[in-house]
Amino acid sequence: MLPLCLLLPQVIITAVFFFYPAGQAVWQSMFIPDPFGLKSQFVGFGNFEFLFGDRYYRAAFATTALFSGLVTVVSMGLALYLAVLADRLIKGSGVYRTLLIWPYAVAPAVAGVLWLFMFNTRVGVVAWYLGLLGYDWNHVLNEAEAMGLVVAASSWGRVSYNFLFFLAGLQAIPKSVIEAAAIDGARFWTRFRTIVFPLLSPTTFFLLVVNIVYAFFETFGVIHTITSGGPQQATTILVYKVFADGFVGQDLGSSAAQSVVLLVVVGAMTIIQFKFVERRVHY
Amino acid sequence: MSGMVEKRGAGYWLTHVGLIIGVLIIFFPIWLAFVASTVTQPEIVHPPMPLWPGDQFFNNYRSALVSGVNAPVAKMLVNSMIMALGISFGKILISILSAFAIVYFRFPGRKIFFWLIFMTLMLPVEVRIVPTYEVVAGFGMLNSYSGLIFPLIASATATFLFRQFFMTVPDELAEAARVDGARPMQFFWDILLPMSRTNIAALFVILFIYGWNQYLWPLLITTDPDMNTIVMGIKQMFPSGDDIADWPVIMATSILAMVPPIIVVISMQKLFIRGLVDSEK
Repeated sequence: MLPLCLLLPQVIITAVFFFYPAGQAVWQSMFIPDPFGLKSQFVGFGNFEFLFGDRYYRAAFATTALFSGLVTVVSMGLALYLAVLADRLIKGSGVYRTLLIWPYAVAPAVAGVLWLFMFNTRVGVVAWYLGLLGYDWNHVLNEAEAMGLVVAASSWGRVSYNFLFFLAGLQAIPKSVIEAAAIDGARFWTRFRTIVFPLLSPTTFFLLVVNIVYAFFETFGVIHTITSGGPQQATTILVYKVFADGFVGQDLGSSAAQSVVLLVVVGAMTIIQFKFVERRVHY
Repeated sequence: MSGMVEKRGAGYWLTHVGLIIGVLIIFFPIWLAFVASTVTQPEIVHPPMPLWPGDQFFNNYRSALVSGVNAPVAKMLVNSMIMALGISFGKILISILSAFAIVYFRFPGRKIFFWLIFMTLMLPVEVRIVPTYEVVAGFGMLNSYSGLIFPLIASATATFLFRQFFMTVPDELAEAARVDGARPMQFFWDILLPMSRTNIAALFVILFIYGWNQYLWPLLITTDPDMNTIVMGIKQMFPSGDDIADWPVIMATSILAMVPPIIVVISMQKLFIRGLVDSEK
């Protein structure tokens, strides 16, 4: 009896707030409710067929791919650059670590507000100075600028996280290996390319998956605060569309089908992560 | 000899310069928000705004905390605090108990429970928002703290972590306790719990930030401004249409929304890094 009592709180909470809703999402994805929400009609995979035939949904897929690709590359690139620099220091890398980690604590939605403030078309300081240089910044109308802004805001806090892991990865590489290469006359860039980067590949791969998952799901706050998916749905990523169709548009069948698609995507990413992390990529 | 790889030449200083530029870029948005929270509205709406703090710090923060826009920010801070602490303590409590059951007891269905728990690792709340909303609404938990907390502790990341940790605890300890006549819960309280102190603290840091920074979920279920959390409440302070936003108050609120999680990260830096590395691997 005792072990079951210990499990009970978690089992009840998980069943009510996790398994039941997840099951409901799968169930609802196969129905279309009538306009009054009184009855539902079974349509099988109809919602999915409709989804993938919908060009706005396919566009949201492409937008998500572009967005998460950019966020991953920008935040990991910057973090790797800073981590390599910090790793070169014999003393003081701890100070830089303290100075660099705390944007991790800033919520994506708050990061969105901060970046919106800098680039606001009326009052934004950066937008104003860009105007002085002759560049007319307007992310409310310009799709590329809107995308650039949400990518910057989403990558900003993420640099801290990636920096921590890269620095830990770099510090785990035995210094003797690098010194041996230095004695053989390998310059910094050659050492980085042939020794450091390959030895860092488990960290890099892990971060790749984690950052893509982050860009898929946790950036909702950034999109919602800065662009609300606009202009012309240019920044409508999949998670934002689930919200927009389900709560704003009240199209429950489609929203549930979208949830199921996302569920499959996360599942696939989790499996990839476990498979490769087990194999350690390169050791 | 460290001098073998890098000499203290130009490269050394370039390294520092590169890092300092990085730090400044990371700091700039926050600095700007802080400056905006200390000046007057006219100074902001006639760009460019100053880049050095003004003298309106107390006015703006008082106005945000006491009256805010839709609800006093002090109230939103309390809501966020209750939600973040509820999520951290709630999740740690249910997880440590179930991990204890899974690792230290043999009972029918143990494997099934483990796999059910493992499945929840994969699904963020964002994926199941509509049906979860319906469940919470069905229980009458809209605009309530329990509605804010329960759906977000319904996953097993923490259980998984405690399970990994308990499996590294030598079996001899449990056996010795049994020989001494200790009942299972005594073993849990007197031995396992004290041993898990660092793990609990590290997990607390991660969960606190996770809970504090939630956005989508509070946005859906707190329609009453008095139940808004601070992170989701900021966006609600922007006027709809063409009215000009009250930037000094909004920026003061943004700063207030950042302070608690930043304090937690900085003051518990070692635990935080450990928690991150543990929870992700």
